[in-house]
Amino acid sequence: MARREHQRSRARISSRASRILGGPGGGRSLAIAAASTFVVFGVLALLVRSSPGWEEVREAFFYGPEFRESFPDILERFGTNVQLFLLAEVFILVWGLVLAVLRSLPGPVFFPLRFLSAAYTDVFRGIPTILLIFLLGFGVPALQLTGVPKSQFFWATVSLVLVYSAYVAEVYRAGIESVHPSQEAAARSLGLNRAQALRHVVLPQAIRRVVPPLLNDFIGLQKDTALVALLGVVEAFRQSQIEVAGSFNYTPYVATALIFLALTIPLTRFTDWLIARERRRRR
Amino acid sequence: MRTLATLLLALALAVAAAGCGSDDDDDNAAATTAPATTAAADDCAKESLELVEAGRLTMGTDNPAFPPWFEGGTPEGSDWEINDPSTGEGFESAVAYAVAGQLGFDESEVDWVVVPFNNSFRPGDKSFDFDINQISVTDERDRAVDFSDSYYEVNQALVALEGTPITESTALADLAQYRLGAQVGTTSLDYIHDNIQPGPDPRVYDTSNDVVAALNGSQIDGIVVDLPTAFFLVGSGEVENGTVVGQFPSTGGQEHFGMLFEEGNPLRDCVNEALAALKDDGTLEEIQERWLAENTSAPVLE
Repeated sequence: MARREHQRSRARISSRASRILGGPGGGRSLAIAAASTFVVFGVLALLVRSSPGWEEVREAFFYGPEFRESFPDILERFGTNVQLFLLAEVFILVWGLVLAVLRSLPGPVFFPLRFLSAAYTDVFRGIPTILLIFLLGFGVPALQLTGVPKSQFFWATVSLVLVYSAYVAEVYRAGIESVHPSQEAAARSLGLNRAQALRHVVLPQAIRRVVPPLLNDFIGLQKDTALVALLGVVEAFRQSQIEVAGSFNYTPYVATALIFLALTIPLTRFTDWLIARERRRRR
Repeated sequence: MRTLATLLLALALAVAAAGCGSDDDDDNAAATTAPATTAAADDCAKESLELVEAGRLTMGTDNPAFPPWFEGGTPEGSDWEINDPSTGEGFESAVAYAVAGQLGFDESEVDWVVVPFNNSFRPGDKSFDFDINQISVTDERDRAVDFSDSYYEVNQALVALEGTPITESTALADLAQYRLGAQVGTTSLDYIHDNIQPGPDPRVYDTSNDVVAALNGSQIDGIVVDLPTAFFLVGSGEVENGTVVGQFPSTGGQEHFGMLFEEGNPLRDCVNEALAALKDDGTLEEIQERWLAENTSAPVLE
């Protein structure tokens, strides 16, 4: 039994490896892949290094001393981005789910709620995020209303929640609609009421199916936290902009890009892995 | 499979050879053009100037063009906001046309292009012969571009809303508790970081309009900006109910504005000659008297 399990897992590994290598398993294809990789990357490296202007490019974008000087400051400011997307994501997931459930409520009596939910997603998916951030971040505090927060961070969070909850609501809705109606019918026939059926039968299946697309939106949200800079908050991107303005060297931008990638790439791979696992399970 | 590998290898060699070849071409080109530029530097005659557009002087500034640096409004059909620099009115416009006159260009031979402030002092090719846009000369900027001699000595100043606690401040140290704002890439922001060092994180905006909007919404307590602009913001009502709290002393040498040139542009020396002539015959002082006289007196926040 244990041996068979072992064999199966070996087979799985080699089948995954062969998908990347692009051929049937075995040493021969590995060798070819290695040689071809070596040649292609060698050509690319040569091409880049020998192209005219490479020295200038390296000086302007990959300048070591500038990188070392700016990186710690940018990383520190990245804390603001992390705070922003973690905080926003909580509200987005909850609010998006509420919107999706409202929109999938059956019956004529719920028409106004369905309508409002649909209008909300249409509006906030349809307007540029940058526009909303300016509109709320500068516009609302300018009204000078008492009791209304003036914090730039607050309004940036609100804008991102409004926009991303609209996307996330659509993702949830797709998940809810992908659960076959017979599931709900079966639940109801067991004596669950409509809310219980939704809570215990439909939503658990729906949400599980939409975890990968939800993560996709989360990755988008992480990148869009840089938009808070528009309201004057010094986060990673604005910090790098300040550094660039001081030195005319674009290395701090590259440093910021690397910091964002260090977070988004693992998450992208994780999403891929989740999708692949889901596909295997359904087979 | 072997043929594929051979093919790739051949491709690699071919590309490497091509890469080396283009490198050589570049060196040759640089070698032939270098003597020409040094020769031109000695000669400021209008005909021998190397200009973006031959026979015409192309000058840059940001849009909108703010008073008191630019005045006279915008003629019908103008793409400029607030002021069109080609009116010749306002301090910088007047200085620019005076310099152009010294170089032998009349008003019809001058063109203006929009150059966003944040882009003006980055290295590289320029779309203008020189840029005049309240750009303070700093060592860091000077490494990326070239600057003319000073055409204006400037101090930074603080603008706040009338009646707010920050307006009671009389010294630099009083400002440490407030949230200040400035435009990214400005010496105003450097001044906050280097000399005021406030407790709350300063807010940093893309444009001066955004800084003003933030103050109007009370999202920041004060704006740091150069003194004449501070008076404009308050006087024009851009900052509603605003006041110039005071000006700051310059540190590490008097801060001054210079016209900006592409690194190594020989025109710079010619413009310096023109500026020296305008200083000697009192023209520059006259222009300053006319456009900036009422914009320079404010208490000093030591």
